[in-house]
Amino acid sequence: MTTLVGTRTITCREAINEALDQEMANDPTVIVMGEDIVGGTGSPGEDDAWGGVLGVTKGLYAKHGDRLLDTPLSESAYVGAAIGAAACGMRPVAELMFIDFMGVCLDQIFNQAAKFRYMFGGKAETPVVIRAMVGAGLRAAAQHSQMLTPVLTHIPGLKVVCPSNAYDMKGLLIESIRDNDPVIFCEHKALYDLSAEVPEAPYSIPFGEANIVQEGSDCSIVTYGMMVHRAEEAASTLDSEGISCEVIDLRTLSPMDIDTVIESVANTGRLVCVDEANPRCSIAADVSAQVTQQAFGSLRAGIEMVTAPHTPVPFSPALEDAYIPSATQIADAVRKVIAG
Amino acid sequence: MGDNPFPLDKDGLLEAYRTMRTIREFEDRLHLDFANGQIPGFVHLYAGEEASATGIMMHLRPEDRIASTHRGHGHCIAKGVDPREMMKEIYGKVGGSCAGKGGSMHIADLDVGMMGANGILGAGAPLACGAGLAAKHRGNGDVAISFVGDGASNQGTFLESLNLAAVWNLPTIFIVENNGYAESTSRDYAVAVDSYVDRAAGFGLPGISVDGTDFFAVYEAAGEVINRARKGGGPALMECEMVRFYGHFEGDAQTYRAEGEVVDLRENRDCISKFRSAVEGAGVVEPSEFDEIDAQVRVLIEEAVAAAIVAADPDASELLTDVYVSY
Repeated sequence: MTTLVGTRTITCREAINEALDQEMANDPTVIVMGEDIVGGTGSPGEDDAWGGVLGVTKGLYAKHGDRLLDTPLSESAYVGAAIGAAACGMRPVAELMFIDFMGVCLDQIFNQAAKFRYMFGGKAETPVVIRAMVGAGLRAAAQHSQMLTPVLTHIPGLKVVCPSNAYDMKGLLIESIRDNDPVIFCEHKALYDLSAEVPEAPYSIPFGEANIVQEGSDCSIVTYGMMVHRAEEAASTLDSEGISCEVIDLRTLSPMDIDTVIESVANTGRLVCVDEANPRCSIAADVSAQVTQQAFGSLRAGIEMVTAPHTPVPFSPALEDAYIPSATQIADAVRKVIAG
Repeated sequence: MGDNPFPLDKDGLLEAYRTMRTIREFEDRLHLDFANGQIPGFVHLYAGEEASATGIMMHLRPEDRIASTHRGHGHCIAKGVDPREMMKEIYGKVGGSCAGKGGSMHIADLDVGMMGANGILGAGAPLACGAGLAAKHRGNGDVAISFVGDGASNQGTFLESLNLAAVWNLPTIFIVENNGYAESTSRDYAVAVDSYVDRAAGFGLPGISVDGTDFFAVYEAAGEVINRARKGGGPALMECEMVRFYGHFEGDAQTYRAEGEVVDLRENRDCISKFRSAVEGAGVVEPSEFDEIDAQVRVLIEEAVAAAIVAADPDASELLTDVYVSY
């Protein structure tokens, strides 16, 4: 594959950093806050020692100074402050670190940010972005590994983004910062070191546009985030068996591009929904329901879902590996719908 | 006319009186109309507490922000929200402050710096930190005020916000409106410290406690902490020790209160009566001038109610609008 003009291969971590850097340069109302996002404020050593727990914001403090704010360990206060500042004309990006910490500040997200516009009769705008790491695979156990995208997608007033690659990370984060609604930007922690070709110049990807990662004719596999890569792996295996899969990356869960899914199912007649979240009320369940309601006539077989089990995320590597949906499970589900 | 011993000129005194009387008339009228079954949902009335909202808000400009509570009507009126739009909002009608989609607990008017009454106790404190952060970033001397009751002064959001505001040196002032009751639970039972000044000290903030039924005490103390914050002096906590004339919500039988308690409070700790008798006593304002304001306020609220009653219900299509800016 040749490198396009103006692009280079960078990691998801670098793509997120670049999006924040470029938007901070572009718009003085963009401020970034979170625990350890500078990482060293007030400490005797380096000012920006960490740049976030996984180094995503490293180097931004040197360029943008006090527009990056280390916060006390106080998610309710600083996520709420980001939301309040957004209601006062700023474009804050708050890093929640792990989405599991949403439990201690959910009121500010779902009773405040999500409701302002509607509850205040359309007069409020709350252009806040809340970045958070999602997903399992780092042996981080039950309170640092959840895929809580369905919980947030359920809430009217929030937008939910969960990219699968570096190109989408940059384009969707820039779109999130420029968007005038509250956006929950979910970064799968197992993807940070994954590289892709990414344009150097700023660009944005509109919300609500799924990406057809791979075209196919026998079965549609719909997913998002880390599971896109598992789905591609399954599709590759199935290809060697003569089964052609269409892999769809939803990219944004709210809004959701269900039309692309329905068009795909109209061609393939079969659907497997894959979700790293727990099964009940999941994105997989939502997609299944919408396709059943809107395109039942296109289906030549029952829909299959591949999700995590209805359990917390276990610690033991052996158990965690069994928890995360695998390419094998996805391939088996496709074979099942093909068999009818 | 006598010499004016007060910190406000005559126009300012009349303005303060008008604001307090407007709040009282608004709330007394809601009390009656709720009992008549005219008001949907539930309302939490601010009657008895007017000196706090008024004494504080007289120091604010439209660009300053406030984050209010479930007991927010007084804050709204004192911050400049139109009482006629508020009444329509409380009736859930077209022309309400929030197009009828918020109701009593969510009245907001961002154009005048009112960031919303709030149905979640303590939730306004982080938002006021954000407003303070935005003001600090712009460097324009604006301030933000967070109101909580004595009940919500125990919420984690409030306590975290005290720390955050201190750490970031925000121009955010925290007002504890201590009316003695968190719903039905007494302040003395539910707040471990005797003094909010001590609580402020525990967070590294200056604290001050005033008699919230004394307009002038509130006005002077608020002026001090607000002007300090405008000049970069950072946050402060101020307690207004005050009284609630009605129940937690309308329909509350208030059997948890002492017999005769409210009668006594109305007789001896009515902030408006105290204000009026002090100002009249000093000979700065004639009784007839206050009476004239009373009459004007009665007409305003009467008209507000009449307009709210005849206002149209929102069209069913409004159900689906304004969830997002774009989707």
